[in-house]
Amino acid sequence: MSDQTTGQVPDGESNVPHPTDEAGIQQAVEAALAAIEAAGDLNELKDARLSHTGEKSALSLANRQIGKLDKTEKAIAGKLVGSARGRVNKALAARTVVLEEAEAERILVEETVDVTAAPRRRSVGARHPLSVLQDRVSDIFVGMGWEIAEGPEVESEWFNFDALNFKPDHPAREMQDTFFIEPADAHLVLRTHTSPVQVRSMLQREVPVYVLCPGRTFRTDELDATHTPVFHQFEGLAVDKGLTMADLRGTLEHFARQMFGEEAQIRLRPAYFPFTEPSAELDIWHPGAKGGPRWIEWGGCGMINPNVLRAAGIDPEEYSGFAFGMGIERTLMFRNDVPDMHDMIEGDIRFSQHFGMEI
Amino acid sequence: MRIPLSWLREYAQVPADASAEDIMADLVKVGLEEEDVHRPSDELSGPIVVGQVLSLEKEVASNGKTINWCQVRVVPEGTEQTLTGKGIDPTGVQGIVCGAHNFVEGDKVVVTLPGAVLPGDFKISPRKTYGHTSAGMIASSRELGIGDDHDGIIVLSNYGLDPEVGTDAFELFGLDDQAAEINVTPDRGYCFSIRGVAREYALATGTSFTDPTTTVVVSEASAAGHEVTLADAAPIYNVPGCSRFVTREVTGINPSLPTPRWMASRLQLAGMRSISLPVDISNYVMLELGAPLHFYDADKLTGGITVRRANAGEKLTTLDDKERELSTEDLLITDESGALGIAGVMGGASTEVSGTTSRVLIEAAHFDAVSIGRSRRRHKLPSEASKRFERGVDPHIMQVAAQRAVNLLVELAGGTETTNITDAGAQPADVQIQLPAGFAGALIGVDYTDEQTVAALEGIGASVEQNSAGFLVTAPSWRPDLAIKEDLVEEVARVVGYDKIPATLPVAPPGRGLTRAQSQRRRLLQGLADAGLTEILSYPFVSESQNNTFGAAQAGTEVKAISLANPISKEFRFLRTSLLPGLLETARRNIGRGFRDLALYEGGLVFLPGAQLGSSVLPPLGVKPSDEVLAELFNGVPNQPWHLAAVFTGNEASAAAGFAPRAWDWADALDAAHTVAEILGVELEVAQGNHQAFHPGRAATLKVAGEVVGYAGELHPQLLKDSDLPARTVAMELNAAALMEATPAVVVAPQLSTQPLATQDVALVVDQDVVAGDVLAALREGAGELLEDVALFDVYQGKGIEEGKKSLAFGLRFRATDRTLTADEASEARAAAVAVAADKFGATQR
Repeated sequence: MSDQTTGQVPDGESNVPHPTDEAGIQQAVEAALAAIEAAGDLNELKDARLSHTGEKSALSLANRQIGKLDKTEKAIAGKLVGSARGRVNKALAARTVVLEEAEAERILVEETVDVTAAPRRRSVGARHPLSVLQDRVSDIFVGMGWEIAEGPEVESEWFNFDALNFKPDHPAREMQDTFFIEPADAHLVLRTHTSPVQVRSMLQREVPVYVLCPGRTFRTDELDATHTPVFHQFEGLAVDKGLTMADLRGTLEHFARQMFGEEAQIRLRPAYFPFTEPSAELDIWHPGAKGGPRWIEWGGCGMINPNVLRAAGIDPEEYSGFAFGMGIERTLMFRNDVPDMHDMIEGDIRFSQHFGMEI
Repeated sequence: MRIPLSWLREYAQVPADASAEDIMADLVKVGLEEEDVHRPSDELSGPIVVGQVLSLEKEVASNGKTINWCQVRVVPEGTEQTLTGKGIDPTGVQGIVCGAHNFVEGDKVVVTLPGAVLPGDFKISPRKTYGHTSAGMIASSRELGIGDDHDGIIVLSNYGLDPEVGTDAFELFGLDDQAAEINVTPDRGYCFSIRGVAREYALATGTSFTDPTTTVVVSEASAAGHEVTLADAAPIYNVPGCSRFVTREVTGINPSLPTPRWMASRLQLAGMRSISLPVDISNYVMLELGAPLHFYDADKLTGGITVRRANAGEKLTTLDDKERELSTEDLLITDESGALGIAGVMGGASTEVSGTTSRVLIEAAHFDAVSIGRSRRRHKLPSEASKRFERGVDPHIMQVAAQRAVNLLVELAGGTETTNITDAGAQPADVQIQLPAGFAGALIGVDYTDEQTVAALEGIGASVEQNSAGFLVTAPSWRPDLAIKEDLVEEVARVVGYDKIPATLPVAPPGRGLTRAQSQRRRLLQGLADAGLTEILSYPFVSESQNNTFGAAQAGTEVKAISLANPISKEFRFLRTSLLPGLLETARRNIGRGFRDLALYEGGLVFLPGAQLGSSVLPPLGVKPSDEVLAELFNGVPNQPWHLAAVFTGNEASAAAGFAPRAWDWADALDAAHTVAEILGVELEVAQGNHQAFHPGRAATLKVAGEVVGYAGELHPQLLKDSDLPARTVAMELNAAALMEATPAVVVAPQLSTQPLATQDVALVVDQDVVAGDVLAALREGAGELLEDVALFDVYQGKGIEEGKKSLAFGLRFRATDRTLTADEASEARAAAVAVAADKFGATQR
């Protein structure tokens, strides 16, 4: 700072006006005002302040001489110099405000960053869309007053087949492409569908029963674009007095509209499953299907076979029920246009992260 | 099942212009699902006509090959060519170069004229070859896609055909026909026949139907036929393997006569190859009526036929030339020479009908579905016959089917019918089902009228008698699937139409929402995603060594795991006991695809076999097992706790301009475990770890209330190297189910004191191998209830600290609930805390 101020100190007393010298004082004031106005930043203003209001400035020195004057001159000089110093200080304060504002403005400009170059400092996580879809389906049924039921993946053969009215030697049992657990006489399988949870639910609950059973299931298919040996299903089950196939259709229609919008339509086609009678395939009208609008096979359903109710200790003459089941992978595939099963099962982070927390 | 439309038309009212797609659209309404369309004309287009070879000049070409330069008349003599176009000769005689040599002047052949297109988008046009312009082609059966005859071109006389020159070959070869392929569910075996599908088509369209079995007149038996003995000594489920065995005999057939084109083309459209006239007739009757037949060369039979189970050690060479070891459960057709075939599955070579056969013995039998199914599975011999027997063949049509075969052998093979007929066994009794009035309507939610109910049931072939309680229904003989009243309801509902069922929404009783465990699992899965991890779902199939590494803390432990009898890969035949193998495999796959910065997690079941694996009991269908048996079934299902695991590798984020991301390290793995515990409100105890899969010095054993619930930290460097994963990859795995169980039922609210805080710091010098967590626990224990919190804020080794020791600096926060603490009170509490640390770990204040 010192080298900036040294040169500014006025030399000698020669420039100092007499405190009653109106013209001289006016000149000093004008010099000060000019210097203040000329200051381009706060540093220059500080220099101007030191030069024109500092101890060695003309006005300060003139002020100092006032004490030596007689009473009459003192009054005149006091008023003159006081007023002069007041004008200079006011100008200084005004200029300070201006320059401070400019300085603040300059700093903000200088601090500008390129916001488009911001790095991602944390990766955002993601749920797997199959897991999100499973929750979404569950929520729709919970909203209807249904409960969510679960069961084991390694399951007793009885729950997976016999309790569901699959005869030991019936071709339907073979069509399930079952993974069997060793040894064979343990009668354990990797469940081929979530239907065993039906039987468990009926055994563990009092009727009426309204449950949705989502979960992982297994068949001995090789992995390809549309098959995977490990997949997910959700199965619905309702047992109550007087339930009809119209109730089944109404439930499925409601669900389809929740999933696919108010325009969604469903179609039932006669089919065969050991655990339902009558049975139906469920198709959904997909207006946005690749290759044009069409019916897409979505799942199976039907009225619970009385043998299944009996296996769970429920009297089929008193109660009836319906059941339905769909694949979660399949639902995601046509709902969200997933082109290849591999994308859903390989755990490529791009797949889950694309969906984020939403499907 | 593929249904040629021309065949269906014989028994149902199929509109002349209906396509296979139209037929399928109708059949789907009654439950026959559409599969595919087979239409030769999609790949083949005209003009393709019958021609006669007028002249044939053999020429040896420069490449040494002999070709025929032929003049072929393609319009009837004396008429003019009406076709026009490039290469069509207006005289009606085409010049064609042909490389085949199996024909002579005067032969009638098939000519594909310029403008025709053959399978494989092969366009016929005049072309210069061997010094001539060949204007068309003389076709082989392969070129037309109607056979795989390698012996040159089609000579029509070999097919028993002598059509007029110029005849359209499409009609001649049935190439204008098409087939609808439908999927038949296992309960509807009768639809593996034209007879069954024609009936369904009539039901679907409300049109009439002619049962082909009613057009066959069975000849009166004049004498007993071939001797047949049904001697099943070991019926399965008490059902005799063979309930009925009809034989007929046709003599003097000429087995080398060609199969007529109409038959061959229908068989072909139905997906079967034309083999020889007798075999084709047997297949034709099977497709038409659904009854599999077997033809024997009667002259090769030795004595009477006996149907019995195989003897131990018995062998048979089947038609596919394989010698098969038989099981005592296999049902055999035998004669005095031994086994002739496995009943209903595959015949034997020794009595096969051949080119020298003259006397044919026809077998039309009914075999038990279970017995056939087991033999088919045992010998891996799926056949058209076994497929039908397993799904149920109409036991009433044995005589009719045999007669139909007799008629065709007489008509087409020049045979002579004999009326020596054997009919062993008996027709099963009719099945009667009472359908209560109103039951169908009550189950479906549609008010079916009595007329609708009766019409539907009669439509499927049942006979219906209305009685005071409703309807007494006699099920048709070809519908073994109809056994209970609900089966009849389905028939009524589907015949009237599933599209007539309205939609009503049942109201469930008030629900309870998600269970506590279900909500917890959701929050955990969501919580880890919120913490920046990405969820994956991996297969639960692992190798033995993966289970041995990840499934037990102690190296060398043989981990008890569940194995699959029929795995996809033999190596990975075990079910996981840890989620980490799947996560690491997924990490490796992502790294391979160029994503090196990963934080992955998975929630899923692991499989821990207990003392009891499964149960030998398998209770019967349709009965609730006793409580003891149910308990046995439940207990046999292995423990499958829900785990949560995570793997981190690379950096927390990708590097970018002006940003150097942090590398994931062991503490991140622990942090994820803490996140899980905190979501559940459970306190996780951390101890220095000792799991073989982890770095011995950089992993933690995690406990809740003293029980181990998981591990977290850096994976073992050698393991990472061996599994080709980046160094410093870290992981954690928790038995989340155990944590969830430890969650307090109700979280009691904290007491928030607003009194001022008193802080005290303390630096303690301890041996280097003393872990901070233990010292912290000691301080907490000694400080008493004034202590609000204690945290480690510095670890120091070096100048001023003795070799082998370290200094741990802790900040203690004290607060009383009712007053401002004095400096003395805080210091006293601190001294008490230090005293316990000193006592337990020899800690000294620095």
